[in-house]
Amino acid sequence: MSLLNWIDDRFPLTKVWNEHMAQYYAPKNFNVWYFFGALSLVVLVLQIVTGIILTMHYKPDVDLAFASVEYIMRDVPAGWFVRYLHGVGASMFFLVVYLHMFRAMLYGSHRKPRELIWLLGMVIYVALMAEAFFGYLLPWGNMSYWGAQVIISLFGAIPVIGEPLAEWIRGDFVVSDATLTRFFAFHVILLPLLLALLVYLHIVALHKVGSNNPDGVEIKKNKDKDGNPVDGIPFHPYYTVKDTFGVAVFMTIFLGIVFFVPELGGWFLEKDNFAPADILQTPPDIVPLWYLTPYYSILRAVTFEWLPGGAKLWGVIAMGAAIVMFFFLPWLDRAKVRSIRYRGWMYKTALTLFAVTFVMLGYLGTKNPGHVDLFLFKNVVWAQIGLVVYFAFFLLMPIYTRFDPTKPEPDRVG
Amino acid sequence: MTDEVNSGRRRLLTTVTTGVGLAGAVALAVPLVASMKPSARARAAGAPVEVEIDDLAPGQMKVVEWRGKPVWILRRTEEMLQEMESNIGQLSDPDSEVAEQQPAYAQNEHRSIRPDVLVVLGVCTHLGCAPSKAFDKGRASGLGEDWVGGFFCPCHGSTFDFSGRVYKNVPAPTNLVVPPHSYISENRIVIGVDETEATA
Repeated sequence: MSLLNWIDDRFPLTKVWNEHMAQYYAPKNFNVWYFFGALSLVVLVLQIVTGIILTMHYKPDVDLAFASVEYIMRDVPAGWFVRYLHGVGASMFFLVVYLHMFRAMLYGSHRKPRELIWLLGMVIYVALMAEAFFGYLLPWGNMSYWGAQVIISLFGAIPVIGEPLAEWIRGDFVVSDATLTRFFAFHVILLPLLLALLVYLHIVALHKVGSNNPDGVEIKKNKDKDGNPVDGIPFHPYYTVKDTFGVAVFMTIFLGIVFFVPELGGWFLEKDNFAPADILQTPPDIVPLWYLTPYYSILRAVTFEWLPGGAKLWGVIAMGAAIVMFFFLPWLDRAKVRSIRYRGWMYKTALTLFAVTFVMLGYLGTKNPGHVDLFLFKNVVWAQIGLVVYFAFFLLMPIYTRFDPTKPEPDRVG
Repeated sequence: MTDEVNSGRRRLLTTVTTGVGLAGAVALAVPLVASMKPSARARAAGAPVEVEIDDLAPGQMKVVEWRGKPVWILRRTEEMLQEMESNIGQLSDPDSEVAEQQPAYAQNEHRSIRPDVLVVLGVCTHLGCAPSKAFDKGRASGLGEDWVGGFFCPCHGSTFDFSGRVYKNVPAPTNLVVPPHSYISENRIVIGVDETEATA
């Protein structure tokens, strides 16, 4: 292998390969939940590849954008396939990221010494929401237009600097061509670069401390005579093969959606976006796609006019705070053990309640607040209950995790 | 030359270099950030718009575009003006006390310069949706038996009367915005130019 030696003298190829793949020891007890990190990386690559192809045919101009998307759908060879991969891919990205985050909360992957991995992950999540929001304007459908209009006007609620800030974001007094072209720049250059960098940092931080596992036990505490964890196995070939299987199952589901139900009944692609943007005609209900609706629900749940500064401002604050809460998770959680397996009934109840609430808020965010879609109460009342549960989960966490009757953590992975 | 390091001077030079570097970065950021503000063309498109209203019959409404936003010009009938007085108790700001929502010359009982002609932005003060006309009274409007006519925002259900005043207990916090406007003749409005003290 003289070529490899030649490279190794000039670039640490073998060293990097061993450190991160062939001799990177991961706990041997990973379960299904551990697929979602690898899957989000796969979707990121897929979004970049399909995005590059779409950029070749798309035109970021208010007079041409909508028609260029229809052109991709009808005239570009396999254009419909590429576009649906990208559109469905956005929803699948959030699906795997949400499951990935829930995994961390199940097994305590946010706990010391993995706080930075969690924080970097949260920054990725926020960047991903921005990426999705910018991308949603590009087809210049009616929901694209009004969605952007509503979200940007949220900044207008900030006292004093709000209106000039909203104008600066739009580059105009309303959402217009200036807004479309800059959102295009953000969507195809700024955020993809940022996401690539953040994902790199996320993995560097992970490989520094090593993966957590379903038992929440630190495998580095038990090493064999070579200094490798007894309960670890090399990432390659064991987990590369396992993840490949996971990718195959995932792609089956993904492509099933792309081929048979690419709009998923309006959940992945809203019906109102099949009409071009109309400045004078608001869609009957302006709603973001499902992955942002939990926060949209919280925004709309704040209807208390007696609050100083008004309900609108506090709605925006509550929505921002709902996202910020996640960042504090590593320090709010005071339990002696990491994994749900050894935690007591308090955290188990709290996490279940939180997951149900998050899904409920997501559902309510797609519905008219004044209607009754669950039972008994109007949607807005359920959203208000959800808001209380949501914030209680985080703010009461230092109390209930400390007094939770936990079981002793085993010394080794079971 | 000695091998001794003058660490005080070195620290000063390092600090000055860092400071100059940072100042340079900030100076560079100013035009870059400024480049994202509305361009000269966008600002020019925000120029005043002149509208003829002599073809507007009582009860009719005209929509014109100003700064990319719809502006409603409604010539109210006597009946509309009277009906509005019947439900003042249900309005959140009946006397237009929130000053930013209208120029001083429209801060009156009909929120307009001429009592019959209403000029407002057709943009909901909640989240910027476009409210629709709900001129029918009573049950025909779909807004309940006691609805006396006005505007309805389909997004989150905010309601406004014929002066663009918001009802209580709806998401929109304030009355619809009256844009700066003035009359250059009896039936000619210019939107975007304030009524001066002299003509008011």
